[in-house]
Amino acid sequence: MNWQELASQLFPGGHDIQEQDHFLSGTARVGEQTVAVIGTTDHTPIGIEIALAQAQAVLAVVREHPRRSIVILVDTQGQRLRHRDEMLGINSYMAHLGKCIDLARRRGHRVIGLVYDQALSGGFITSGLMADACYALPQATIRVMGLPAMARITKVPEERLVELAKDNPVFAPGARNYLAMGGVEAIWDGDLAAQLEQALTQATPQDRRAELGAERGGRKWSQQVVQAVLAESHARAA
Amino acid sequence: MSSYLEASARERIRMLLDAGSFSEYLPPAARFTSPHLGQLDAPVAFDDGVVIGAGSLQGRKVMAAAQEGGFMGGAVGEVHVAKLVGLLKRAVAERVDAVVLLLETGGVRLHEANAGLIAVSEVMRALLDVREAGIPVLVLVGGANGCFGGMGIVARCANAVIMSEEGRLAMSGPEVIETAGGVEEFDSRDRALVWRTTGGKHRYLLGDCDAVVPDDIAAFRAAAADAIERLARQAPALTLQELEAEQRMLEQRLSAFGGRSEPMQIWADLGIAQPEQVPMLDARAFTDLADRHRTGAQT
Repeated sequence: MNWQELASQLFPGGHDIQEQDHFLSGTARVGEQTVAVIGTTDHTPIGIEIALAQAQAVLAVVREHPRRSIVILVDTQGQRLRHRDEMLGINSYMAHLGKCIDLARRRGHRVIGLVYDQALSGGFITSGLMADACYALPQATIRVMGLPAMARITKVPEERLVELAKDNPVFAPGARNYLAMGGVEAIWDGDLAAQLEQALTQATPQDRRAELGAERGGRKWSQQVVQAVLAESHARAA
Repeated sequence: MSSYLEASARERIRMLLDAGSFSEYLPPAARFTSPHLGQLDAPVAFDDGVVIGAGSLQGRKVMAAAQEGGFMGGAVGEVHVAKLVGLLKRAVAERVDAVVLLLETGGVRLHEANAGLIAVSEVMRALLDVREAGIPVLVLVGGANGCFGGMGIVARCANAVIMSEEGRLAMSGPEVIETAGGVEEFDSRDRALVWRTTGGKHRYLLGDCDAVVPDDIAAFRAAAADAIERLARQAPALTLQELEAEQRMLEQRLSAFGGRSEPMQIWADLGIAQPEQVPMLDARAFTDLADRHRTGAQT
């Protein structure tokens, strides 16, 4: 779905979102409230410029509109793979964006992510995955790597990966796998505006994803290991 | 002198902390292995490639973790990252004086990529919770595998980064960039270029790293103790003011160096008269030179 169509379904009360070089920003009406919207489009790679633009927009909301909710619209093929971006420290630009979103949450802004097309690796860690909760449309693609490339690197035949992926959501692409693991809160279908409004009402700043992954059976170990570390009383000498 | 580069994760953590002070949580005997690797016929490690625990550093109580580069290049999976998240939460619960993360990783483990990706964002949030609780977080980078992928982002969420000149810090590895963009984009076999682009000296000159030390565990220990001492006098939590300063710093970096394609051009722009000499300098001589020219401020 293109972002204009998405925005008209998400924000029937109106919006003034603008696109500039694949960066989306603006405000929108959700029920009785005004929300800030930031995001990316056309599967754009996240390079240092667009990471900074998003961070700037988040900081502007924190500074000028205390407690205003933020909606992050995610569509990216991942971090930009360029020597120049690495030379300039793209990890620092990504970390900066993540910290800005984290600061917004700590200062009482509710932050909702929505993967409406693609989400990959580094472009996703510091956007949708830093929100209070991240949602996805049913047709969204979320992945680190496709199965053919993974088969090449792990030297496990692709047919075997396809077979294993049916029962184990841990490596195969797909929004439903991320749902099972708690990384995606829910998949939205139907009335997007109503679901966004509800998501904003329900948003909490606690990171419950490991717990959700355990409840849903897609990520059985994370929560258990975290609890084991917290509970271990008889630490042993190494 | 004991090489940090050549030491294992357990050796590093034991020698970094006060002698005999380290006690490990979920040690290999507890058998917390990856449930996913075996399914894909890959070997497992009884600690899933990361050592976590508590100890002291010059008398201050710390929580520490060290990734083992010898196991899958330090790549992170579900159990591995959950151990880091657990340690960070425990640091808050016990109100330690600092958290020290010895990172060495190529990024997310493909065999459990989705779990790794989600969990890296959990580490980021847990790390920032530690800072919010008033506890500084340090990251040390000096292993043969560098610190790449999502953990390269995690490193820059910490209060301070300490690197050896052999240490490398970035996001996508040179091989990944070469595969995507060709050898003209990034020649991953040009080791000198790889070090100029991602190595400790370049990161220090840009301001993404707070100290460059020799490849010696004792030097890392001294630098970590200094950083804890310095950070004890500051508030470690994120603030709007700090992030606005970081925004300006990153904008300035982009406008000053965005047109450059070679790190040595950036070093020359910073006023270093003989940038080609920089890789030859030892850590002390380099730091003396760099401190007159380096840019940026740590958030």
